[in-house]
Amino acid sequence: MASETVNMPTRRRKLPSMSVLGPVIALLVLIAIGAFMNPNFLGAGNITNVLARSAFIGIIAVGMTFVITSGGLDLSVGSMAAFIAGLMILVMNAALPTLGVGVPIILLGMATALIAGLLAGLLNGFLITTLGIEAFIVTLGTMGIYRSLVTWLADGGTLSLDFGLRTFYRPVYFDGILGISWPIIVFALVVIIGEVVMSRARFGRHCAATGSSEHVAHYSNVNVNRTRLATYAMLGVLVGVATIMYVPRLGSASASTGVLWELEAIAAVIIGGTVLKGGFGRVWGTVIGVLILSLIDNILNLTDLVSPYLNGAIQGVIIILAVILQREAKAKG
Amino acid sequence: MTDAPVLSLRDVHKSFGPVEVLHGVDLDIRAGEVLALIGENGAGKSTAMKCLAGYQPPTSGRIVLEGKDVQFASLHDGEAEGIVLIHQEFNLAEQLTVEQNIFLGRELRRGLLLDKAEMRRQSRDYLSRVKCRVDPDTPVSELSNSDKQMVEIAKALGRNARVLIMDEPTAVLTNAEAAVLFEQVEALRANGTAVVFTSHKLGEVKQIADRVSVMRDGAVVHTGQVADMSEDQMATAMVGRDVSDLYPAKAPVPDDAPVMLRVEGLDVPGYATGLSFELREGEILGIAGLVGSGRTEAMEGLCGLRAASAARIEIGGERVQIRRPSDALRHRLCYLTEDRKLRGLLLEKGMRENLTLQALRKFGGVLIDRSAEDAALTEAIRDFDIRAGRRDVKVGNLSGGNQQKLLLAKVMQSDPKILIVDEPTRGIDIGTKQQIYAFLSQLAASGHGIIVISSEMQEIIGLAGRVLVMRQGRIAGEVAGEAITEEAIVRHAMGVGADAKERAA
Repeated sequence: MASETVNMPTRRRKLPSMSVLGPVIALLVLIAIGAFMNPNFLGAGNITNVLARSAFIGIIAVGMTFVITSGGLDLSVGSMAAFIAGLMILVMNAALPTLGVGVPIILLGMATALIAGLLAGLLNGFLITTLGIEAFIVTLGTMGIYRSLVTWLADGGTLSLDFGLRTFYRPVYFDGILGISWPIIVFALVVIIGEVVMSRARFGRHCAATGSSEHVAHYSNVNVNRTRLATYAMLGVLVGVATIMYVPRLGSASASTGVLWELEAIAAVIIGGTVLKGGFGRVWGTVIGVLILSLIDNILNLTDLVSPYLNGAIQGVIIILAVILQREAKAKG
Repeated sequence: MTDAPVLSLRDVHKSFGPVEVLHGVDLDIRAGEVLALIGENGAGKSTAMKCLAGYQPPTSGRIVLEGKDVQFASLHDGEAEGIVLIHQEFNLAEQLTVEQNIFLGRELRRGLLLDKAEMRRQSRDYLSRVKCRVDPDTPVSELSNSDKQMVEIAKALGRNARVLIMDEPTAVLTNAEAAVLFEQVEALRANGTAVVFTSHKLGEVKQIADRVSVMRDGAVVHTGQVADMSEDQMATAMVGRDVSDLYPAKAPVPDDAPVMLRVEGLDVPGYATGLSFELREGEILGIAGLVGSGRTEAMEGLCGLRAASAARIEIGGERVQIRRPSDALRHRLCYLTEDRKLRGLLLEKGMRENLTLQALRKFGGVLIDRSAEDAALTEAIRDFDIRAGRRDVKVGNLSGGNQQKLLLAKVMQSDPKILIVDEPTRGIDIGTKQQIYAFLSQLAASGHGIIVISSEMQEIIGLAGRVLVMRQGRIAGEVAGEAITEEAIVRHAMGVGADAKERAA
């Protein structure tokens, strides 16, 4: 019986809960520490650097926000990115004699990445929804498969983009509009669209309903399987987008490409306040999570106070703190 | 027996934050007597019980145990005095065995090791006293609800309960299981235990309780001998207005009313076979039958919520195919689930998200129109009299009656012509029941077709103009008009005396 709540007074103004404020405060504190430690920290060069490097994980993490919100998980994104990068390089190198260096071959590479990402995401989604296998198991499996495939494609070494092609493709990572590089622009677009879809669109509402209670969603005319499938497919496409931005940076792919990206993406989502068991997600929070993780890395590299080797430890502490904050918010809410 | 109460509340007030939910409650509990505590959802029954058991300290007022003021610092203090509270949701560790549960927290030891033999002997003793035939080594997760209830009582016996407090003990029990429980309550009373229980079923209050205290809006408004009160009087005292006309008058359906829904040969694998029936405009059709007779599954199958096939389904005279829930909604056929917590509402979400979830298409194209949603919520709160206090309250924190009203409002957002309601008033108070019955009746009067599935015989009899009785996945019989009696329904449900003519329905 909820007599307590029924008689509650109408409308109380209250501060946003710690689960909202926590990540924002943490980000501000990190920026303050960075600025204090190193005068170059707030320089345009460093900011661009941090944002551009955040973009890969960030784009993937936006997709991961949808997957987690609808009650799923995807461990395969890191090795999926490596596999797509390898595939892209192979396809472009193979097409070089016929197409030559130019825009068409770049578009072919991009199409390859997007289609491969879509198919990989659909495969994960199909196994999870139609066959009803645990997301953790399915994506643990595909994680191993893609990692092994890229190692095999590279024959244990490195797949490199043809030198001429690489020079032509490089501006996609390093150039941009008005001094803002392409990865940052694409990241920003993905975030804005993602945030609108999550908070304002029917699809976002369906994701939250599915993650909150599969049964209630089903009885409320939400196509649970299709919603889940769509989140995995969307994540796959976004992994493709991230790879398109990533390949021109180094021009190569190997067995060590994208290692642990999945954990960084999941960590960013959780730090941002999305609930790991699903039902509630926010894309802007994920962006803050991504920035927190990259800033820690950046600050450790810029200062010599703490060894950069402790990066993982500090990130780990932050992840655990974020979950504790979430739980307290829940107990009060 | 004795007139001095074992346990009393005297002018107890209880506040949660700035909100006072008990305004000076007085209650007396006597040895060898069964006290029923009744009242609408939100009247303060559970809170009063928690104060009695030491689960929550009162904000002000006294708790008197055998003439002495006591203060319980915790539940354990209460239990040490022999006051045991059995929650509505059982408080048993599912993975542990019956015996481990009975002795949980006060395990017997011999030296450093557990004295298993003695615990087993005592467990058997307690269980036999409540005539419960489960083996003490069975894990609790394998028990039925009634056995769990008995284990709870056995556990209370193990704690030498002088006062046993039960919060809606029969809500999850079938009638047969409840009867077993009542036998045990009788035995406890004969042994001099004081028993307090809450219930929404006035029939069982009449049957088992000696005295009744009626709560309304956080205060006890009436206390008296059960023998001196009729069920109607109890209901009136609870609601504060006359509810003798609980069910609205049945409007006759004209013979020439068009058939809205015709179902032929509906099969739901594993649950129902060969169901055929019709529903006319303005009709309220009841579906009765025992729990497990396939009523719910058949209707879920009809609405595309689970795998089903049918020889022919016609809605409004046209043949339709319903494979998934969206097909049903497109033909304006809608099902309201019996399980509002697991299937009906997102308990972690607010009212707005819940209200519009099923009919989200109505609220904008790709993007959702928040202001339209808010307007719909305002309207629903008004039309369905949802009492929530704050608009942004989590639905899980609403009382059962308000949840049910929200669920009904949610289903109505889809604008159904044919509405199937499954156990529409389970576990809610009589005032809300009356509102829901009135709503269903108006809906039928305005040309909708309604199917009511219910385990509450009175509800079916009070609402429906025609009743299909299901038994083992088939329609065992049909009764209509004056012929709708409890006896006729039970006869069909149990499979006795169904004649050929009725089968042909």
